[in-house]
Amino acid sequence: MSTITGAQALIKALEYEGVEIVFGVPGGAILPAYDPILDSPIRHILARHEQGAGHMAEGYAWATGRVGVAMVTSGPAATNMVTPLADALVDSVPMVAITGQVPTHAVGNDAFQEAYTTGITMGATKHNYFVTDVREIPDVIHEAFHIAATGRPGPVLVDLPKDILNAELVWHRPAQLNLPGYKPTVDAHPRPIKEAIKLIEASKRPVLYVGGGIIKACAHEELLRFAEATQIPVVTTLMGRGAIPDAHPLALGMPGMHGNYTAVTAMQKSDLLVSIGVRFDDRVTGDPNTFAPHAKVIHADVDPAEIGKVRVAEVPIVGDARRVLQQLLEKWDHESTPDRTEWLDTLRGWQRDFPLHYDQQPDGPIKPQYVIEELNRLAGPDTIVVSGVGQHQMWASQYWKFTEPRKWINSGGLGTMGFAVPAAVGAKAGKPDELVYAIDGDGCFQMTPQELITASVEGIPVKVAILNNGAHGMVKQWQNLFYGGRLSAVDLGRDVPNYVKLAEAMGCVGLRAETPDEVGPTIEKSLSIDDRPVVVEFVTDTDEMVFPMVPAGGSNDDIILSREDLP
Amino acid sequence: MSQHTLSVLVENKPSVLARVSSLLARRGFNIHSMAVGPTADEGLSRMTIVVDAPEMEQVKKQLHKLINVVRITELDPDDSLEREIMLVRIAATPGKRGEILEIGTIFKATAIDVGPTSIAFTVSGEPRKINDFVELVRPFGIVELVKSGRIAMARDLKSRKLKAIG
Ligand SMILES: Cc1ncc(C[n+]2csc(CCOP(=O)(O)OP(=O)(O)O)c2C)c(N)n1
Ligand SMILES: [Mg+2]
Repeated sequence: MSTITGAQALIKALEYEGVEIVFGVPGGAILPAYDPILDSPIRHILARHEQGAGHMAEGYAWATGRVGVAMVTSGPAATNMVTPLADALVDSVPMVAITGQVPTHAVGNDAFQEAYTTGITMGATKHNYFVTDVREIPDVIHEAFHIAATGRPGPVLVDLPKDILNAELVWHRPAQLNLPGYKPTVDAHPRPIKEAIKLIEASKRPVLYVGGGIIKACAHEELLRFAEATQIPVVTTLMGRGAIPDAHPLALGMPGMHGNYTAVTAMQKSDLLVSIGVRFDDRVTGDPNTFAPHAKVIHADVDPAEIGKVRVAEVPIVGDARRVLQQLLEKWDHESTPDRTEWLDTLRGWQRDFPLHYDQQPDGPIKPQYVIEELNRLAGPDTIVVSGVGQHQMWASQYWKFTEPRKWINSGGLGTMGFAVPAAVGAKAGKPDELVYAIDGDGCFQMTPQELITASVEGIPVKVAILNNGAHGMVKQWQNLFYGGRLSAVDLGRDVPNYVKLAEAMGCVGLRAETPDEVGPTIEKSLSIDDRPVVVEFVTDTDEMVFPMVPAGGSNDDIILSREDLP
Repeated sequence: MSQHTLSVLVENKPSVLARVSSLLARRGFNIHSMAVGPTADEGLSRMTIVVDAPEMEQVKKQLHKLINVVRITELDPDDSLEREIMLVRIAATPGKRGEILEIGTIFKATAIDVGPTSIAFTVSGEPRKINDFVELVRPFGIVELVKSGRIAMARDLKSRKLKAIG
């Protein structure tokens, strides 16, 4: 019988899983795998840094809903992959990372470029594998993709020693999965579904609190139908933006630390939180003891460990968000929709009285919020928006009007600066026909700009807006609010680097807008270029702060609406 | 904080022990003891873990997230059989030897090594009995003490009924 190498089996196994693109950087231990990939239809995109490759795989997964794949060598390359893995774990992003490893006989001897990859990534992955028998490769890869994509999605790492990649095996199609300890619940138990319906019927001020689970489970259509049938207003967390169109009359926008007044206060005053695909993150709840004090809780999640972790749920539902909503809809057999006029009127009143606001003076500095609204208007609702971490991220989430899921990509749970540029490259690689616009901060941009080289060389024309406030703005805001304005290590300067020249040096077009009237035309110019990546620097007001704000660990009742409200 | 005993069936795969202990550490649960061994099924191992935690729901749910964990049972101390084995060396001058051996006999401890200045026993049984023995011999001076960690299994339903009747 004819044999192939472990490396050939790896590539074949990736093809078998339907992989189109691998993001990676080669090196000694993974070398064997870089030979057969030359003969494969799989496209390899050469990142400039392994962290970049990892975030590209994440961006690809966010945008397409498919498993993102990154492949790197051992040691320093594997440790560079740790941040994207941890990011994907907390944000439930399906990805598979392949790492090379020193040959089996050298493992444990502090060999050149040896790191204990499976040990280091144990707490940063949903699962990981150290392969010691070449014949396992087809099955391990198949399992890795299955685990990454099912249940609560997440990252899986496969560590492959070089001698295993070079050894020979007879190829076999992956066998039946043998995972006796892994059986994610998809269908919810009928009893809590019934109980949930009863609570909803009895409730006067219900709120649908939904997040990333809706996006991951493609449950947005069911969510819309359920919200309309029950007339329950919907708050969408940072991870769940786009789960319901922001223009929908029942949509309240984002809750939490920088959520809008209505979304935050609706939960505080609610008597029932219908929570689906959310995890009661501290950035949403503030002090959990004062969070939504009058509300009973229905909590549906595919990961049972999330239910009851932070807040006791009167009705716990384990199941896939889409199935849960389908099951709820089946049991919601009311002909007419409930009359929620009073509650919805209260909410509309708050929306009218406490809208998000900012003040763009025609001759003043550019307000970051204005850039986002102009981008939204000119680039259109179909744009995939990718953000970094900081003030710009909050403004993007607050001011962009999302119309559908998978158009908003960000690092929510880990808050990884440097996410935006590589994640945008990954998203554009996966969705080449869509407009991908990153909204980044100057601090974040400086962490991973090199992936724009990848973008220009590989022909992936992403666009990046840098909101250049010359500062680690979010940290500066905290120092201003909580450290008496003693600014420490937050000044990035405005002039270095020269972003236009830096962009050009990386094969991109560089543009700059310095005054409000330049914002629109500069965006239009950026939209007219699609043969190369474009970087647009917006020189924004360095003193602008994100409001509303609930101080960390504080009560959501003490929401601060604007600078004037500061104590 | 109270102690809870978990019987955890895991796949017999490399690093499973590391995964379980690192998960417990990561989530801030303190391991009191942990005993691991093969089962009648070659592919599976059994861990008996005694954890200090205010409540067990999160511990169990987090453990369940490990792909290699197959089944978790929390054992109610009233409805389970718990055993432990201990090796203990006690300081024993010839004058004290008789007294110590006598205590050993009461606890069905077997003297396995007698030297000029010490006696070593092996004792097995319920953890409480072993602790009682330790307390009784402590005044003589404990030179070295090794415990296997608790192992446990649920009682047969029938024996539970008998207990209820008796
Ligand atoms: C890798 C990493 N390091 C540090 C932080 C802490 N941090 C959070 S926001 C922020 C500032 C971000 O600055 P910038 O990208 O310019 O965004 P801005 O807040 O100014 O919009 C920092 C340093 C982080 N989230 N991630
Ligand atoms: Mg900044």
